[in-house]
Amino acid sequence: MTADLAISVRGLTKDFGSHRVVDHFDMDVPKGAIYGFLGPNGSGKTTTIRMMCGLLTPESGTGQCLGFDIIREAQQIKEHVGYMTQKFSLYEDLTIRENLDFIARMYRMKDRSAKVSAALADLGLTNRAGQLAGTLSGGWKQRLALAAAMLHGPQLLLLDEPTAGVDPKARRDFWDEIRRLSAQGVTVLVSTHYMDEAVQCDFIAYIAYGKKLISGPAGDIPALVGLTTWRVEGPDISGLEARLRKTPGVDQVARFGAVLHVSGKDKAALAQVVATERAQGLHQWHEQAGGLEEAFIYLMAGAPDTLGNDGAAAGGA
Amino acid sequence: MGFSFARFSAVLVKEFIQMRRDRITFGMMIGIPIMQLFLFGFAINSDPKHLPTLVEMADQGPITRAMLMAMKTSDYFAFEGIVTDREAGDRALRDGSANFVAVIPPGFERDVIRGLSPQILLAADASDPSAAGNAVAALSGIVSTAMAQTLTGPLRATAPSPAPFSVTVHKQFNPEGRTATNIVPGLLAIILSMTMVMITAVAIVRESEKGTMETLIATPVRPAEVMLGKITPYILVGYVQTLVFLLAARVIFDVPFLGSRLAFFTGFNLYIVVNLALGFLISTVTRSQMQAMQISFFTLLPTILLSGFMFPFAGMPGWAQVIGNAIPATHFLRITRKVMLKGAGLADISHDLAAIGLIMLVIVAVALKRYRQTLD
Repeated sequence: MTADLAISVRGLTKDFGSHRVVDHFDMDVPKGAIYGFLGPNGSGKTTTIRMMCGLLTPESGTGQCLGFDIIREAQQIKEHVGYMTQKFSLYEDLTIRENLDFIARMYRMKDRSAKVSAALADLGLTNRAGQLAGTLSGGWKQRLALAAAMLHGPQLLLLDEPTAGVDPKARRDFWDEIRRLSAQGVTVLVSTHYMDEAVQCDFIAYIAYGKKLISGPAGDIPALVGLTTWRVEGPDISGLEARLRKTPGVDQVARFGAVLHVSGKDKAALAQVVATERAQGLHQWHEQAGGLEEAFIYLMAGAPDTLGNDGAAAGGA
Repeated sequence: MGFSFARFSAVLVKEFIQMRRDRITFGMMIGIPIMQLFLFGFAINSDPKHLPTLVEMADQGPITRAMLMAMKTSDYFAFEGIVTDREAGDRALRDGSANFVAVIPPGFERDVIRGLSPQILLAADASDPSAAGNAVAALSGIVSTAMAQTLTGPLRATAPSPAPFSVTVHKQFNPEGRTATNIVPGLLAIILSMTMVMITAVAIVRESEKGTMETLIATPVRPAEVMLGKITPYILVGYVQTLVFLLAARVIFDVPFLGSRLAFFTGFNLYIVVNLALGFLISTVTRSQMQAMQISFFTLLPTILLSGFMFPFAGMPGWAQVIGNAIPATHFLRITRKVMLKGAGLADISHDLAAIGLIMLVIVAVALKRYRQTLD
């Protein structure tokens, strides 16, 4: 366990009753990184995050978080970690200032009122500090929760689907804030199932059924998944989509408006399909670089959601 | 890192703010107990008077009149009319329009004068024994007193002869036998138990249900700081309830407070703590405010029925007394009655204090074991 890792866990396993929610999970989060934690609903992301900050005790496995043992030193971890829950979990019947003040007291912060006032000013909520937190809109609640999680100046932020149900503008602002914090040296572990958020991360781990399927630097993921992707445009795109889905060598067809992304594990077989199609001269084919998005669609299709939604629908092929 | 007074007081302040903002619950904590005190204090009467009575008169005369008049002045019987035959009397008992039917047989006056000891029948609706009991018990005394006054002169010989000795009953602690004197001190035990257990359980479960518990335990706060911070405001609520209650008992219901204040105060504090601990325990085994309310409610019935509040404890079978003894209200009820009505001091209630203390130890031990700092 090296000093430049904010989180390092090995073999984390958690059962709820007879149901195994997290199964021998390993993860290394380098200090200062934005680490994306992806997976469908019910895949065990929240449970894993809770084990990392000492809110749940794993059945087996070991790990450290900021140099503290996740089982024996949960109390110290809590002092140095900022945790933002999936559901808004500040007090809706307290005002914005009262909520921040309460959190500040929980961490026994010095200069409490100055720090709370500064946080309110950063949020742009100074004028609304006396408003009940429950009356804030979804985006504002998210920003308040982030401010609360950051109030005591933690070195590590654990964000559990922080932007679920928030409008695109608020999500963009939220990610600007996360990048700003990261630039200041804060390590961020963020779970999400938004593709556009995944591409903003330095590292990514993908989890399904409580098992880690893949992890590594964001740029390496497409290579790790091993997909080759072609981009197609042209007339009767729906007809082409239907035909390609039945064509051997094509593992996945994802549609983006009038454009298809056609992917396959077997590069040569896919090239053969492309050559055949190109010979008809109807569509424009371009080989696509990167392909992180296709890689995730492929992973999701391979590991359908335990709750039976998204996954398969987003997958296509 | 031990107990942090700063975090404890932060939880305390937060709880007060939330309590203040939740006006309905706040009103319930103070308003409902007072309402119940008035309602039950005035409504419950275990010695009912003015029970509707009919008379079937097959004969009448001065002796009959004197006897009926004596029954009426006893306040137990309110004569509502005369029935002419047996069926009408039975019908009135069955449909509840009368609790008693007194039957004066034909030739009653004549038979009395002849010394034949004729019988008067008092048909009573005993489906509710406690409603009929006192009136029936009082009847023979009423009749013999009335007859002793009426059957004078030559009729003296026919009057019932007095017993060779007399028994003097000395009704202590509640000489007038007023129900309110008995009910009001007991009601304090019931109302405190009801509000303290339920409010504490709900206040804690609310944190889990709304998800705020997750934020709370992700901070370095300790279980003891949360527990004490959440419970202390409700201790104060218990104090306010009791103060209002004692005032009302004195001013409105004229219930005395004869015993040691220290004894009362000691028992009362112990009782509040045991109820809060019970509420805390309930909160650790429930997942929603609704469940917490339901379980609190289920503890209420045995508290009312088996504690000796409604029915005499001594009248319960042994196994029921064992259950009753495990209920904190049983012991606090004895403390309030002993201290307020019988003038008891600390020494007189030491057994009850020990019992509550024991129950408290068990509850606190289980509650602390159940409450964890993690979400598993």
